Amino acid sequence: MLSAEGLSHAFGSVRALDGVSFQLEAGHTLAVFGPNGAGKTTLLKVLAGLLRPHQGRAEVRGGPRAIGWISHQSFLYGHLTVSENLRFWASIYGVDAATRERRADDLVARLGLGEWAQRPVAALSRGLMQRATIARALMHEPTVLLLDEPFTGLDLAAAAELRRLLAELVGKGRVVVIATHNVDEGVELATDIAFQHRGRFVQLSPRAGRSAAQVAEAYRKAVAGA
Amino acid sequence: MLERLKLAWVVARKDLLLEFRTRTAILSAVVFTALVLTVFNFGRDPTAVPTIDLAPSILWVTFTFAAMLALNRAFALELENQALEGLLVSPLSRTSLYWGKLIANLVFVAVVEAVGLPLFVLFFDVPVWHVLPPLIGVIALATIGFVAVGTLFSAMVIRTRFAELMLPVLLLPFLIPPLMGAVLVTARLLAGRPVAEVLGWLRLLAAYDIVFVTLSTLLFPHTVDE
Repeated sequence: MLSAEGLSHAFGSVRALDGVSFQLEAGHTLAVFGPNGAGKTTLLKVLAGLLRPHQGRAEVRGGPRAIGWISHQSFLYGHLTVSENLRFWASIYGVDAATRERRADDLVARLGLGEWAQRPVAALSRGLMQRATIARALMHEPTVLLLDEPFTGLDLAAAAELRRLLAELVGKGRVVVIATHNVDEGVELATDIAFQHRGRFVQLSPRAGRSAAQVAEAYRKAVAGA
Repeated sequence: MLERLKLAWVVARKDLLLEFRTRTAILSAVVFTALVLTVFNFGRDPTAVPTIDLAPSILWVTFTFAAMLALNRAFALELENQALEGLLVSPLSRTSLYWGKLIANLVFVAVVEAVGLPLFVLFFDVPVWHVLPPLIGVIALATIGFVAVGTLFSAMVIRTRFAELMLPVLLLPFLIPPLMGAVLVTARLLAGRPVAEVLGWLRLLAAYDIVFVTLSTLLFPHTVDE
């Protein structure tokens, strides 16, 4: 459903992505761990189609319509309400009016945004904004989810709800790529784990039942040895 | 085609709703129009140059600079929370995005012109009622042309420093043909000349619109893509 083959991208002399390759089939979750500046966001931008790779190619089955992207930015309009934002983005993805209404109501309820749905996004706290961002990314029921630090700003309950939501989506055959610097956040959802450092995947392997502590230890060794 | 227009309207409706909520740009443009007309009204010597000779130029200078405010805000709206990135990775075609911005800008400028024209009549005591339909026609033709080019340039400069300064510098040379035509046609209409006398200029304005709406639609993807 999602494949990357020798992806490279540079900003001037800095190689943000360096020969990254992987393939994900339905129901798989790849957690990409890496320190700040490792190239995780660039990888997601290339996969989303916002940046063109200077080498290699990325392919998402279903094209842009299949992608749900949670970036560092919310893409939400501050002077529109949460509800208006969700409906706008669903319209852009060609979701019909009846489905838009149903999904917006479902996601607002699921992510605990009920009392905030009719308020302008500019009035939301960081955590509530992140919940609205998650709802925005899921409005068109994407089959490939690209998540850049998706737990940022979420309280414990919202983070747990997001984990449940993602587990459900993966159970339904969706593909998820989570990029984060925090090993504890992504491990339990992952079927595959990659350590990214200076643009390269220094390790890519199945999670194979490893705990967060074991993955964290492997991450430290991999990054130190890179 | 119909789908593209539908999505263009989704973008335009969102922009207009945002403007309706904030009213910042529209109020600024209307106040600007009133102030410019006031300044011109008191800053001229009616005994030296007859009002009817000056009025067309004043009208079009006022409309042009008021329109700049609309054009400056068109893509600035998309910088909030980097919504533009979200639009660029979505399945929304670049054509729909451009047309959406164009429609919203046209509505915005039309509102400013609808307020500016009566003020112009009031300040300069120019009889327009007998030529109102052809005058509205020439205003519409010239506005479509310069808003089409302005929307393209607005996208081009939005990621540059001093975007608000860059826009007029780049745009004004392209506005010479429609402004020249609009001023000449307006002058002749206000002088009571028959419409048949200005048909050549009206055709030129229509040709400018067709050429620049088409060119801008074709060039727009190159201004917003990486």
